[in-house]
Amino acid sequence: MFAINKYYYGDIPDGGGNTSNAQFSAENEWPLWEVFIRHKQGLDHKHVGSLHAADANMAIENARDVYTRRMEGVSIWVVESKNIHASQPEDAGSFYDPAQDKIYRHPTFYDLPDEVKHM
Amino acid sequence: MMQHEQLFQSKIDQEVKIEPLDWMPDAYRKNLVRQISQHAHSEIVGMLPEGNWITRAPSLKRKAILLAKVQDEAGHGLYLYSAAETLGTSRDQMIEDLHSGKAKYSSIFNYPTLTWADMGAIGWLVDGAAILNQVMLCRTSYGPYARAMVRICKEESFHQRQGFESLLVLSKGTETQKQMCQDAINRWWWPSLMMFGPKDADSTHSDQSMKWKIKRKSNDELRQQFIDMIAGQVKLLGMTLPDPDLKWNEERKHYDFGEIDWEEFWAVVKGNGPCNKERLAARKKAWDDGAWVREAAKVYAEKQSKKILKSA
Repeated sequence: MFAINKYYYGDIPDGGGNTSNAQFSAENEWPLWEVFIRHKQGLDHKHVGSLHAADANMAIENARDVYTRRMEGVSIWVVESKNIHASQPEDAGSFYDPAQDKIYRHPTFYDLPDEVKHM
Repeated sequence: MMQHEQLFQSKIDQEVKIEPLDWMPDAYRKNLVRQISQHAHSEIVGMLPEGNWITRAPSLKRKAILLAKVQDEAGHGLYLYSAAETLGTSRDQMIEDLHSGKAKYSSIFNYPTLTWADMGAIGWLVDGAAILNQVMLCRTSYGPYARAMVRICKEESFHQRQGFESLLVLSKGTETQKQMCQDAINRWWWPSLMMFGPKDADSTHSDQSMKWKIKRKSNDELRQQFIDMIAGQVKLLGMTLPDPDLKWNEERKHYDFGEIDWEEFWAVVKGNGPCNKERLAARKKAWDDGAWVREAAKVYAEKQSKKILKSA
C-alpha cells in the first residue's frame, strides 16, 4: 500500500485516511431508500439517488425536499435499498455474452440500396 | 490481485467509470471515502456561517434567497454522504468521524461571518472556488461521486451569481455599504485561495489521485484559474483584491499573485482557526439534540409496520 501525500480541496490528511472501521455500524440508522423520479408525464421514473428515512412516507417527503426543489419531478417512487437485487459485475462477461455475436439484431447489419430512403 | 489492478487501471485509462460493485484497490476506496465524506462535511458545516445571517438578512427577498441556498447545501451534503455510502461506509460512521475530529471539512468555514457583505463574498468567492473544483469532479472516475457532482453543479451556479449580485448592489450603495463590501472581499480573498490546498511543489510523491482520475487538475492549476476569473470580475464591482503583487503577466497569460500565508493555512487545518471549536460544537449539539427524534421515528415506523402485518 502506498501513502497519498498530496492534499486536495476539502481533503485534508488525517494521518492515514482510514475513515471506515466498523466501529459504528449502520444498525441504529434509519433504513436506506433508493429514489426514482418521473421528470414529467410520459417519461420513465429514473434513479436519482438515495436517502435515509424511517418509513416510506418520510422517504417520499424527504425525496421531494432534496430531489425536486426545482420542479424536477411529477412523481416519486421509493424502494428500500435492501430490496434491490442486482446482477454482479464479475459475471458480466458470461452474463451478457449471448448478445455479443448477434449483430444481425441491429438495423445497420443490413445493406440496402440508397434508393430505399427511409427504412 | 495484480490482474484485478491492471484491469482496474485500464478501465480508468479508457475513461470507463468505476461503479460501486466493481473491484477497486483498497487505497482507491479509502481515498474516496475520505475525500467524499470530507466534501459532504464541508457542505453541512458550510451551512453554519450563513445560518448566522438568515434572521438578519436586510430584506425578505435576500432572506428567501439565503434560505434556499442553505437548503441546497443540506441537499448537497446528502448527495455526497450517499455517494460515500456506496463505498461501504455508514452514515453514522462518517458523522462520528466528523465529531471526533478524525475527518476534516474545508477550513474556509472556520472563518467568522461578521457583516451582511460576507454573505455576498461567500457566494462569489467561496462558492466560486468550490465550483471550479466541482466542475472538475463531474468527470471523476467514481460513478456515484461524478453523478452527485453533476447534480450539485447544476444547483451551485445560482449560489455564486446571487453572491456577486448582492455585492454589486452594495458596491453601488452608500459610502458605508461600499466599505462593507470591500472589507468582506479583503477578509475572504486569502482564505478562498487556501481552499485549493497546498502548492503542487510541496507534494514530492507520485500523484495517485491523478492517475486514478479522482482528480484531474492540480491545486495550483485550479487556483490560477480562480485568480484569473476573479481578478476580472472584481473590476465590475469597482473593488480591489487585497494583494499588491496581483498583476497581469503577458508572457504567462495569467495573473501573478503574492505568497499565501501557509502558516495560517496549517493553523486553521489543525484546529486553531477563529471558529473551529464553535463549528464543531454546533454540529455536535444539533446531532445530540436530534437523537430523540431519530429514535422516536424509528420506533414509530417499526410499530406501524407491525400493525400492517397484523391486519393483513
